[in-house]
Amino acid sequence: MQHLPSTPPIIKPATLLFLVGLLTLVCASFYSLDIQWSLLFTADAVRSSVEFLRGFTPPALTWPFLLKVAQGMLETLSMSALGTGIAFTCGIMLAMPASGRFGAAARWVMRLALNILRSVPELVWALILLIAAGLGPFAGTLALAVHTTGVLGRLFADALENMPPAPETTLRINGVQPMTAFFYAALPQILPQLMSYTLYRWENNIRAAAILGIVGAGGLGQMLKYHLSLFQMQQAASVIIAMLILITLVDGASFWLRRRLTSH
Amino acid sequence: MSFVLNGVSIRHASVVRSNSLALIDVDLSIKQGEQVALIGPSGAGKTTLLHTLACVHQPEPGGEFSVFGLQPWAMQPAQRHALRARLFLAPQTPPLPPRQRVVTAVLAGRLPQWRFWQAITSLIKPREPDVAYAALARFNLQDKLYARVDRLSGGERQRCGMARLLVSKADAFLVDEPLSALDPTLALQTLAVVQQEAVNRNATLVCSLHQVELALDHFPRIIGLSDGRIVFDAQRDEVTETMLAALYRNTPPTEPTKSAYPEDTCWSGPSPC
Amino acid sequence: MSLVVNTAISNHPDPAWRGRITASLIALIVLWPLLIASEFKPWILLDAQSLGATWHFLASFFPPAHSKAFLLLILQATWQTIAIATAGLTLALLSAIPLTLLATESLSVSRLESGRMRLASTVVRQGARWLLVLLRSVPELVWALLLVRILGLGPAAGVLAIALTYSGMLGKVYAEILESSEAHATQSLLKNGSGRLAALLYGALPASASELVSYTTFRWECAIRGSVVMGFVGAGGLGQRMDESMKMLAGDEVSTLLIIFVLLVACADWVSTFLRKRLG
Repeated sequence: MQHLPSTPPIIKPATLLFLVGLLTLVCASFYSLDIQWSLLFTADAVRSSVEFLRGFTPPALTWPFLLKVAQGMLETLSMSALGTGIAFTCGIMLAMPASGRFGAAARWVMRLALNILRSVPELVWALILLIAAGLGPFAGTLALAVHTTGVLGRLFADALENMPPAPETTLRINGVQPMTAFFYAALPQILPQLMSYTLYRWENNIRAAAILGIVGAGGLGQMLKYHLSLFQMQQAASVIIAMLILITLVDGASFWLRRRLTSH
Repeated sequence: MSFVLNGVSIRHASVVRSNSLALIDVDLSIKQGEQVALIGPSGAGKTTLLHTLACVHQPEPGGEFSVFGLQPWAMQPAQRHALRARLFLAPQTPPLPPRQRVVTAVLAGRLPQWRFWQAITSLIKPREPDVAYAALARFNLQDKLYARVDRLSGGERQRCGMARLLVSKADAFLVDEPLSALDPTLALQTLAVVQQEAVNRNATLVCSLHQVELALDHFPRIIGLSDGRIVFDAQRDEVTETMLAALYRNTPPTEPTKSAYPEDTCWSGPSPC
Repeated sequence: MSLVVNTAISNHPDPAWRGRITASLIALIVLWPLLIASEFKPWILLDAQSLGATWHFLASFFPPAHSKAFLLLILQATWQTIAIATAGLTLALLSAIPLTLLATESLSVSRLESGRMRLASTVVRQGARWLLVLLRSVPELVWALLLVRILGLGPAAGVLAIALTYSGMLGKVYAEILESSEAHATQSLLKNGSGRLAALLYGALPASASELVSYTTFRWECAIRGSVVMGFVGAGGLGQRMDESMKMLAGDEVSTLLIIFVLLVACADWVSTFLRKRLG
């Protein structure tokens, strides 16, 4: 008589354990938050929400106000562009030690520093930098620069470590100084990749820049907070629409530039 | 005297084989201006020997190694680095960044002579394009002066690597399989240019080749390596068929190793220098 | 030694030089208004008053606050942050799945027949796509701001904000992964008459499962960071704690919270990497 091969377990024990753990986490989360879900969906609550949302239409479109919004858009765009640009330069500088070019100790220290920079959210950096830079978009630019340096520095360092080392090491064998060899052989190899990362990060930063103003760092965020606190819903609606337009524009620009980089 | 080696042994740099020796008990002296060909089967240690001459690998204790009468491994790292500027190592795979322009890649041979700010400004606008042009013209590649390296063919890239050699101001050329991607005619022309340059400057030329006939036809001195040892070191006329057969005993004369960056197995990262 | 870049007139001038000069000029012209609009004045940082304020604030960071009561508070807040992120992501998943099904072209039955989709299905599909775009383009903090006004302060606003934004992100990426995977398996099932959901489960899903899981765990890590940020508008968690501490300029509490942030993100990062390796 033929023996059928024994059926393997439907779920491996390790996976089962993991799924159970996951389910526990999810249930514990909902339970501990103690959100009165039923209250959210009573007729009363729904009605007041709808009324609240109604207050947003039509968005304010008077000419002087639109000018202010345009100015806010320019401020936000500048914050994101400058912050990302500064981070690109600092990221390259910090990536050199972080990729081991100055020894293992420097690598460890620099990677730790970069991790700290990128773990703290941009909003928190903005709050801290407001003390040094005062209210306004400058603090926002710096906050974005600091946080993005952490992100890009780590990505750049990984790119440096993964690239083919031969061009750079050959230059150093032939008597070229390490920094010069870096600019002549390492950077040219990874520059398209670095720029691609940076452009992709710009998409994130335009969103971040838009909201940094909520804590006082200027731009559209500050306008939004201001109008919401005065219950000027229609103006707030315009600001939100402006945010969406700006985000879409930057997403598009970033995508187009990245396409040009890779097709070159 | 360009190079003097006495009882030099080199350990394998890669993690996998670090308990064995890549070069064993090498005794060698090469006079300034000599032209020497290195032949031997794959894995014999030709690349390791060239890297040793380039002051990349430190010999095991007990071996003596001097370059231009100096002891590189008894020097301060900065002095040793200055010594490296007098040696030019051309690896088997041209070490040219793909998206760089030929002019910058070739002028990189001048970097040891330039200050840092000169090097950086040359990236933006090449300092001595005429020098690069003249070097490329000797290989008939002058039209490629402003082209991108990754748009060149394999043979053209190899000759660009040689153009970098021409542009450098080294007193010794250490060249690893420079003709592997070239057809026979181009190979002869390229070799002639390199050898002529060595004669013009009275520079020492140590060249590893897998084309034994080329080596015998064009180099006055032939060194045969196998399994990390020097099997013979003779003038061209003294090399016999028997000696060659013994050298390639276990392996038929093969194509050179085509791995992407073979020298990576010798050079496993920045050494403290 | 020449002081200028290259004074000698070369026989072989660089064809790219002109373009580089032009590009640099354009960059400078674009840079100027950016600097003005963002009030970029680095010298402010070195102003005596701001230096004093910064120094004072940084000095108050040491030693970090470590009273038992405060640490307990932080522990609760950390758990609340994780809970908000997990609950929000779960809701996002639940709502992303129907949206993905709507938006994925490879599940279109009508396309099988004519090679093109019926108009109605196209409209529905495009509608679903645009909804996903809207959901993920509005920054989650803006959702949180609005929801706080509707639902009041507290974690509910945070959970819903994450649910809304992330359903957009998850939906888009799921659709992309499902579409980029082998359409052949799904198509064959649909051709043989299976329902859409079955085609999804048996055709597209097995191939893309590890990618989907990988992306979801990556998003969970992002959701944790996001829920920290949302605390600043009153949605609970560590962010709210930090907002209160900053308002009081209590540097010691701020420094403890910063350390906890960094550790939390590092842990989430580690868990996410671990999961991706095990399940990938």
